[in-house]
Amino acid sequence: MTLPILLFFVFAGIAVGGALSLIFAREPIHSALALILVMVALAVLYLLMGAGFISAVQIIVYAGAIMVLFVFVIMLLNAGVENRTQHSIMARWLGIPLAVFLIGDLAYWMARGAHALPLAERSGSLAAGPVSTQDLSLHLFQSYLFPFEITSILILIAVLGAVVLARREP
Amino acid sequence: MPLRADMMADLCRIAPELILCVFGILLVALEPFVPSSSKRALGWLAFSGSLVAIASLWIVARHPGPAYGGLIQVDNFSLFFHGIILGSVAVVILGSINYLCEERLQRGEYYALVLFAAAGMGVLAGAGELITSFLGLEMSSISTYILAAFRRDARKSNESALKYFILGSFATAFFLYGIAMTYGATGTTRFTGIAQALSISGPTLLAVLGLGMMLVGLGFKVVIAPFQIYAPDVYEGAPTPVTALLASAPKVAAFALMLRIFYVAFGPVQHIWFWAIWISAVLTMCAGNFAALLQTNVKRMLAYSSIAHAGYILVAFAASTELGIAAVLFYLAAYALMKIGAFTVITHVGGRGERHLELSDYAGLAKKQPAIAACFTLFLLSLLGLPATGGFMGKFYAFQAGLDSRIIWLVVIAALNSIVGAYYYLRVILTMYFREPAGESGPDAGLGSEIEWMPQPVAASIWVVLIIAALGTLYLGIFPSRVMEFALRSAASLR
Amino acid sequence: MIPTTHYLYLSLALFTIGIVGVLTRRNVIVMLMSIELILNAVNINLVAFSRAYGAVAGQVFAIFIITDAAAEAAVGLGIILAFFRNRETVLADEMDLLKW
Repeated sequence: MTLPILLFFVFAGIAVGGALSLIFAREPIHSALALILVMVALAVLYLLMGAGFISAVQIIVYAGAIMVLFVFVIMLLNAGVENRTQHSIMARWLGIPLAVFLIGDLAYWMARGAHALPLAERSGSLAAGPVSTQDLSLHLFQSYLFPFEITSILILIAVLGAVVLARREP
Repeated sequence: MPLRADMMADLCRIAPELILCVFGILLVALEPFVPSSSKRALGWLAFSGSLVAIASLWIVARHPGPAYGGLIQVDNFSLFFHGIILGSVAVVILGSINYLCEERLQRGEYYALVLFAAAGMGVLAGAGELITSFLGLEMSSISTYILAAFRRDARKSNESALKYFILGSFATAFFLYGIAMTYGATGTTRFTGIAQALSISGPTLLAVLGLGMMLVGLGFKVVIAPFQIYAPDVYEGAPTPVTALLASAPKVAAFALMLRIFYVAFGPVQHIWFWAIWISAVLTMCAGNFAALLQTNVKRMLAYSSIAHAGYILVAFAASTELGIAAVLFYLAAYALMKIGAFTVITHVGGRGERHLELSDYAGLAKKQPAIAACFTLFLLSLLGLPATGGFMGKFYAFQAGLDSRIIWLVVIAALNSIVGAYYYLRVILTMYFREPAGESGPDAGLGSEIEWMPQPVAASIWVVLIIAALGTLYLGIFPSRVMEFALRSAASLR
Repeated sequence: MIPTTHYLYLSLALFTIGIVGVLTRRNVIVMLMSIELILNAVNINLVAFSRAYGAVAGQVFAIFIITDAAAEAAVGLGIILAFFRNRETVLADEMDLLKW
């Protein structure tokens, strides 16, 4: 077992463990911390894949900005512990087996599908490997300039939304 | 730096979106400087913005072809959808002005969000690539989440927005996972590239799974079964003009994307998705119509009716021919007109605080405001599918396309469903014309409840909306050939 | 090199956990976090495929998705705040004015 594989399993394990504790934690604040853990672990995995820029963005924007927003709102609302109630009995007895079945099915087909991929790593024809940040920025600001401009409007919409939803009545 | 000719042409191809965004930003920038007594002017500014965007379609039409290296595709198909979307948005803005005044919500942000949503839908109609279309979808979805929450003090509006947001972003996540899998299976996100890859490799498992996930995501956005559960709640709780918007333009735009994904990108594997659409069509029609039978709230009933109509559109969708695609386009145009008309009547009758939404509030409306009752009757008859209305011609083309492709059972089920649908539309019409209004109106009726409830006088902008929608519905019903010809040409340009 | 399928399985695991979270949790903030988890799963897929194909596009998409996630989170939390102000709850099954 080489070092990258070892690192992969360690951080993938952390990510999955964090994700599980996200959905099982009873305090929302613990869920948020678990999600931050998942994101940091994923940032390491992106580094392993040679995607340095995505890794940095993952930490700065996702773990840094978005999660701070979550933590802030959780503190603000002070929602506290969520009691397990009888409401979701149907979800538990019907929903979970159904979901597990569907997802198991999906996993099986996806595994079969993935092995038939015409990927470069198998054919060896393409120079598969890390993509430089320079390449990335060229694509972002040339071929994908139009979607990039759309995201600017998207952010503007989000700002407007925050203003509309959170403003104080005169 | 002077603009190069090709850059100029690209800008011309996205002219409507540019104009909408410029007007949207202008509205936001002007908002703080407009005194609250004349905020109404912002509504007219937004309306003129949408008119300019419609006018700019002439510029777009002169520059057919791909823009930004194929991320955007300008063809007849995209023009047809731009026409429906921009037209609906203009009319919805007109219908909102009066409502917002009464609810004391007259703010520039509302109109800016409507315009941004419209720009996103325009991107959807023209996108030639999955990521661009995803961003367009998000532009329109996020704006509409906020719009649904716009009556901040109304609990129903909050709740509706929250449900819409959670399920909408859940659906988006599925759609994205589908995109990622398709990208993995084909190595590209361009519709034509996916089609090429699929015709070489055949339907690989990963690609089909990707398509399935995208169907889940799109199913939420176009409101087809089994992903329709949220729609009645959201439509009932949102402010009524926003409901008129939700039921028309975003649905139309999402259908445009669905047509491009299924027919262009996944055209080579048509035999695989055909049955998914078939089953969903049956479920959607039945779920919409049978649930609508039980409703006493007219707003909610119309929400179920729009689910049923998505089912009829899927019948034409499943036909898998050029006529089928053209029938989808025609149906969407007729559908947008009659839905906006019907919801505008509900906006008007609902009155301040949306208190009069029950069927009993419509009793005797024909005596109180005969013209409003007549307009509502026309829209309901069109939704029902009576000859000489747009709804009839839409169904006619859809069923004809179905029969041509020998999906006879589906057409039979659709025809039976239209008969079921007739019951609840006619019930509203009969209530308006033949039932005497009850003495009390709603829970707030006290001792003085003997006084009969009167709807407010009709505002001029509401009149304009109703006249446009009514004339459009009649035009599509009586002279359908010109629009249908354009729809056929649009369908041809898709392939 | 770590095979691409490893990343796909990891992504599928996170996707699954995210779906279970949205379906079983009642706190809307946790539901929203589960959706964020699904978006992260999508990004793993995209970056892994981008590496496998030796193409940049996948990473560009990942950046767009992160941007979108930021916008969505801001609006979503705004809606949750507005809801909480009127109702003093963030539990999904107490949304009962409208029949589900």
